[in-house]
Amino acid sequence: MHLHEYQAKHLFSEYGIAVPAGQVLERSDDIAALTSSSGGPAWVVKAQVHAGGRGKGGGVRRVEDEHSLREVVDAMLGSRLVTRQTDDEGLPVNCVLVEQTVSIAREIYLGMLVDRAQERIVLMASAAGGMDIEAVAASDPDAILTETVNPAAGLQGYQCRNLAFALGLEGKQVNAFSKLLAAAYRLLLECDASLLEINPLVVTTGGELLALDAKVDLDDNALFRHPQLAKLRDNSQEDARENAAQQHGLNYIRLHGNIACMVNGAGLAMATMDLIKLHGGMPANFLDVGGGATAEKVAEAFKLILSDPRVEAILINIFGGIVRCDLIAEGILQAIDEVDVSVPVVVRLEGTNAEAGLALIEQSSLDVLTASDLTDAADKVVASVQAAGST
Amino acid sequence: MSILIDAGTRVICQGFTGAQGTFHSRQALDYGTRLVGGVTPGKGGQTHLDLPVFNTAAEAVAATGAQATMIYVPAAFAADAILEAAAAGIQLIVCITEGIPVLDMLRVKAVLRDTESLLIGPNCPGIITPGACKIGIMPGPMHTPGHIGIVSRSGTLTYEAVFQTSRCGFGQSTCIGMGGDPIHGMGFIDCLRLFEADSDTHGIVMIGEIGGTDEEQAAAFIHEHVSKPVVAYIAGVTAPPGKRMGHAGAIISGSQGTAEAKINALQAAGVKVVRSPAEIGAGMQAVMPS
Repeated sequence: MHLHEYQAKHLFSEYGIAVPAGQVLERSDDIAALTSSSGGPAWVVKAQVHAGGRGKGGGVRRVEDEHSLREVVDAMLGSRLVTRQTDDEGLPVNCVLVEQTVSIAREIYLGMLVDRAQERIVLMASAAGGMDIEAVAASDPDAILTETVNPAAGLQGYQCRNLAFALGLEGKQVNAFSKLLAAAYRLLLECDASLLEINPLVVTTGGELLALDAKVDLDDNALFRHPQLAKLRDNSQEDARENAAQQHGLNYIRLHGNIACMVNGAGLAMATMDLIKLHGGMPANFLDVGGGATAEKVAEAFKLILSDPRVEAILINIFGGIVRCDLIAEGILQAIDEVDVSVPVVVRLEGTNAEAGLALIEQSSLDVLTASDLTDAADKVVASVQAAGST
Repeated sequence: MSILIDAGTRVICQGFTGAQGTFHSRQALDYGTRLVGGVTPGKGGQTHLDLPVFNTAAEAVAATGAQATMIYVPAAFAADAILEAAAAGIQLIVCITEGIPVLDMLRVKAVLRDTESLLIGPNCPGIITPGACKIGIMPGPMHTPGHIGIVSRSGTLTYEAVFQTSRCGFGQSTCIGMGGDPIHGMGFIDCLRLFEADSDTHGIVMIGEIGGTDEEQAAAFIHEHVSKPVVAYIAGVTAPPGKRMGHAGAIISGSQGTAEAKINALQAAGVKVVRSPAEIGAGMQAVMPS
């Protein structure tokens, strides 16, 4: 789960990490309160969306007076921001963060994450702050300093000093940086964050360390023990279909093709998308209906799939293990009957009672194609789309 | 022969009296698994499925000589259950539970480094030696005793590989679902090493997916240490970057973890990589000496 920058900065403040003075606005009417309380004359207005690359996308604007502040806030609120990390539709800007400007002496990159290969938390820092860190990692990997934390000992002072001195920090900044790292590490552990990134962390001309940006991702699996943090989820930043899917215990991700698939198991769902592509089609989605593919779940899955106007055919690929294929077939037929399915449907069933399941489908009056195996299924569903396209 | 488990392996179930534990313990017993008891704190002394229930894993081990455990406790308590099993000296810990926080697994793995215990999972179907011992949620009947070792990050794709290798007449020596989480127990290399040393395994299927670098590391290991034929399938060629594809671990981060990088690494190591999940069996037929 992603947090907004302003939410991450609230957490930073709670943990003693300094951030610029600022305020979140949901309506431009709130500007009056802001300008009377916090100085000016210059501010930075930052669109709060779950995507990087906001600066280049026009989502971070510096304004020099109250008039242009109002103009920019008005323009941003209610708009959709398109960045290199969003699709063409962009993400809705429902609130903006307005901050006082800071006079910057230098910019540092700081990141913390769980490194799956090492099975350790790794700290990353770079003097190349404010830049796309992926690009830095690709072009100049030596520019990224790392420290790996042993979970038995936790983050040690020497590790912080290693990074501080390597970054060229001096005097009081070394201690301040160490304190900041310790606070960020504590936040990561206590909030079950899977990623914490400050890019840039700035040294002001006054010598202070300030988190100018903040990115925190939380581990979805751990939200059960953080009910307060779970409330910070902003569904407006996620695909409406993906949200609806989640509510029904389905795992759905929309792609750009026209052949939808409905599969049990995440690995098989990915494999089914790949299979469609391999046979000349384009998958419209990833959809894992999970182990118990009940009629209700399948019906919800159909509704979800058909809400995507690009879908021209559906491939159902179920490997019945503990759940019997004849029960799954009944569920599919019931769901098709219930939901008005207007596009061709191809069903491949394998596993426990597969023959009985396929027989049920073949005997039904509904217009559903059965497939003898995976390859047959892919061929049939791709052909059904091509046939529709040629008429 | 087989790897890790056979007909003699004494198995207990943690979370024994819960719905999941009960259902899959019954399935395991039906399959012939030598299940010798289970653990549910507070229910020690009771009998469940005609087997003894213990309060602690240590008591269960002392009374039954259990060598393996299958864990079906909820995610919030799973890390504790794994560590309890390790502390009780259980050699093979199979954790089926899905949704364990990654920081819990990070701590668990750090502790396991100092023990003799092996962990399979979490978020996995488990392990089966066909006809002998089933520890997990996979459907037993489709497996056939035979000579192909299977190791996979995905549950249903493991079933696909089992189904196809059974249909081609190979059967399986042992099948391991290593799980879809970013931090997990035994990996490809651990399993490949055991399959290479097992005289009953004549060929190996490995099924990977996007995310992480496990497959790339496995490729390097195969190149150096595996003489048996290996067929691989990697899921997620069409997966978009930055999206979690069902499994917590199945995500392309930046340029890392793409299917193409894994396929290239495996092919360079001499592995027969099939592009279609329908060709796992056929791929094995192509590389096995007839």
